[in-house]
Amino acid sequence: MKSRTTRALQGAGAAFAGLAALAACGPNGTAAVGGRPTFEGRGPITYVGGKDASGSVQAVIDRWNKRHPEEKVTFVQLPTDPDAQRQQMIQNAQTKSDAYTVLALDAVWTSEFAAHRWVDRLPEERFPLRQMLKPIVETGKYRGGLYALPMSSDGGMLYYRTDLLKKAGIARPPATWAEMKADCAKVKRLPQARGMSCYAGQFQKYEGLTVNFAEAVNSAGGEVTDAKGIPHVDTPQAKRGLDFLVNSFKDGTIPKDAVTYQEEDGRRDFQAGKLIFLRNWPYAYPLMAQKDGSSKVAGHFRAAPLPGLNGPGSSSLGGHNLALSASAENKATAIDFMKFFAGQDVQRFTLSRAPGAPTYDALYKDPKLVKQYPYLPTLKQSILHAVPRPRVFRYGDVTAAIQQQAYAALTGSTSSTQALKDLQQTLRQQSAGE
Amino acid sequence: MVTTQNPAAPPALSLPARHPQRRARATSGSGRLAALLVSPTLLVLAVVVLYPTIVALKDSLFGTPGLNPKTGFVNETDPFVGLQNYGAIFGAAGARFWNAFWNTTFLTGTTVALETVIGIAMALIMHRAFQGRALVRASILVPWAIPTAVSGLLWRWIFNSNGVANALTGQHILWTTEGFHAKLAVIIADVWKTAPFIGLLVLAGLQVIDKEVYEAARIDGAGALRQFWNITLPLVKPALLVAVLFRTLDALRMFDLPYILIGAQKTSVETLSMLAQDQAANVRFGPAAAYAVILFVYVFLIALAFVRLLGADVVGDDGPTPLRRRWRAHRRTKVAA
Repeated sequence: MKSRTTRALQGAGAAFAGLAALAACGPNGTAAVGGRPTFEGRGPITYVGGKDASGSVQAVIDRWNKRHPEEKVTFVQLPTDPDAQRQQMIQNAQTKSDAYTVLALDAVWTSEFAAHRWVDRLPEERFPLRQMLKPIVETGKYRGGLYALPMSSDGGMLYYRTDLLKKAGIARPPATWAEMKADCAKVKRLPQARGMSCYAGQFQKYEGLTVNFAEAVNSAGGEVTDAKGIPHVDTPQAKRGLDFLVNSFKDGTIPKDAVTYQEEDGRRDFQAGKLIFLRNWPYAYPLMAQKDGSSKVAGHFRAAPLPGLNGPGSSSLGGHNLALSASAENKATAIDFMKFFAGQDVQRFTLSRAPGAPTYDALYKDPKLVKQYPYLPTLKQSILHAVPRPRVFRYGDVTAAIQQQAYAALTGSTSSTQALKDLQQTLRQQSAGE
Repeated sequence: MVTTQNPAAPPALSLPARHPQRRARATSGSGRLAALLVSPTLLVLAVVVLYPTIVALKDSLFGTPGLNPKTGFVNETDPFVGLQNYGAIFGAAGARFWNAFWNTTFLTGTTVALETVIGIAMALIMHRAFQGRALVRASILVPWAIPTAVSGLLWRWIFNSNGVANALTGQHILWTTEGFHAKLAVIIADVWKTAPFIGLLVLAGLQVIDKEVYEAARIDGAGALRQFWNITLPLVKPALLVAVLFRTLDALRMFDLPYILIGAQKTSVETLSMLAQDQAANVRFGPAAAYAVILFVYVFLIALAFVRLLGADVVGDDGPTPLRRRWRAHRRTKVAA
């Protein structure tokens, strides 16, 4: 491990408006050159991840350190903002620093980090991947190789108001978009539902819009990019998906304000009793179920799989995977730690402290956990139907292009046909440039 | 920053000119000493200013490594592309670039104009002697003390669809969507944050104006408005110009406020800095450096125009402003006495 001063100097160098840092970034060979990396060396390592809000990360690392005094893990906490995390990890990779060993990568960064050889290809046979849900394992792969070990996942669900649906005489949550709109019409006739809106997701121009757009396209039977990264958004299926969102804005199913919504805006509206249906992640469940008066809908809502065009829809996948920095040292320790840190026991413990989506199938059936988080069986269905977001190494460009066109269509500045045509063209150019 | 007031000149002038040869030697000696004393500053400047600029220029001539379709890995070297990055900015990405260019210019022009007017008003209020003056001064400075990123978040709450801005105006504007209202939101937030900066610098300028000048003006029968135009404004002009120059240069680099308040890639408020950041965030350092260089040139030209046309006295050497000449004359008479 490098000295503290070396690292401080690297940090200072990076701080000089990034310009100085650019100078030091001549890429060269990594440990992966000439076959598979060997994962040698034992000793102290670091784990690099976002802010540890619940404190469970440090608790788990403490447990490891007690058992492995010679191979201590230090937790390097990065900011909450995912862009800032990615930026710091890239800087670490480009300066070939060994300050970061095990990285908690956002699921959509896998391709980029793997293609740049910033992370090592992992020995698949050493991890219990078969016990995990298959779509989740896919998020850690690039061109058939495992580059990141799934540690947590995330899937979208449809939150709905059980009380209102029951009063309106609706027995079960909607499975299709048409059913959802019909249910809304019924609920809105109730006196309690005055002034309520039907549905909201995340439609501000940011990553959430890509997630919601991809879900709409996939739920209508289309796909944004195929397994090879080739775009297919100018299809009738994709148009039907985007049209669901565009028409819902037009006919008021989705309130006009929702074009500014991120996750928290929708959650606030739902728990203030302004929405009948909401698309959100599992994190919202315990917050909306809080009985301290902050949520008006505590005890009156549930989660269902996302609806689709002709049947259940499919969710996008979120979550974090563990990757091994190519320029790190003590890789043997790192592999052991990754196995431990993404292991079933640790995931059970983490889940008991904060809501989330585990990667192991068994945890979705664990009676104790299901009692604590009633959404788990639904979430499993959601994840099993999930389609990963585009797996391309220039993910930043792809998601920017999707946001650009989807936003233009939602705000009515272009038609959905034109938006998808332009998007297809942009994505095709990008994939040709790869 | 560079306040090296011709270090060699004053001793040379004060030396008696008896032995021309000795004088020359002494001058060169003191010149060497001066160079020695200034060298740490120059060294620091070379490291933190010159070096990054040169590296950015060099980087802007390199492209982005492509993907090897066989291995699936990104190539290891950045290809040399000459001026292609610049060509792309003015060619393929031209519409986006010019939009960002006009946004930057428009936002700079409007915010700095408003901040100057409001800043001067603040300074005049802060300058007055009245009860609770300390409290007023402190409260005016609060916005300046808040980090831009934090104030961006604060204003995002205010401009939320259910936020204070809509509640107060009785409108239902979606501020963070595309349109002129997004620009307006950025202007309001920026003026709120940085008008105190101009206020602070102008206040410092006000405090050095002699009270006797106002007394004389009052005796001559000049009204408040006349005093402001003919005394306050001309005498505070050097401080004001420096404040406006600093604000302009700062506003041209505007990034965090539109990025946090309105969001990335919003055509209405995208600035040149945001374009550079967008490229750098996608690991395309060549194009990012090219944007940065263009922004650098633009900022440099504006600064040059300021110093040349308006005579902003930033460097403090031979600015031919009237006040400066007066000050020199004043000093000369003092020395003579």
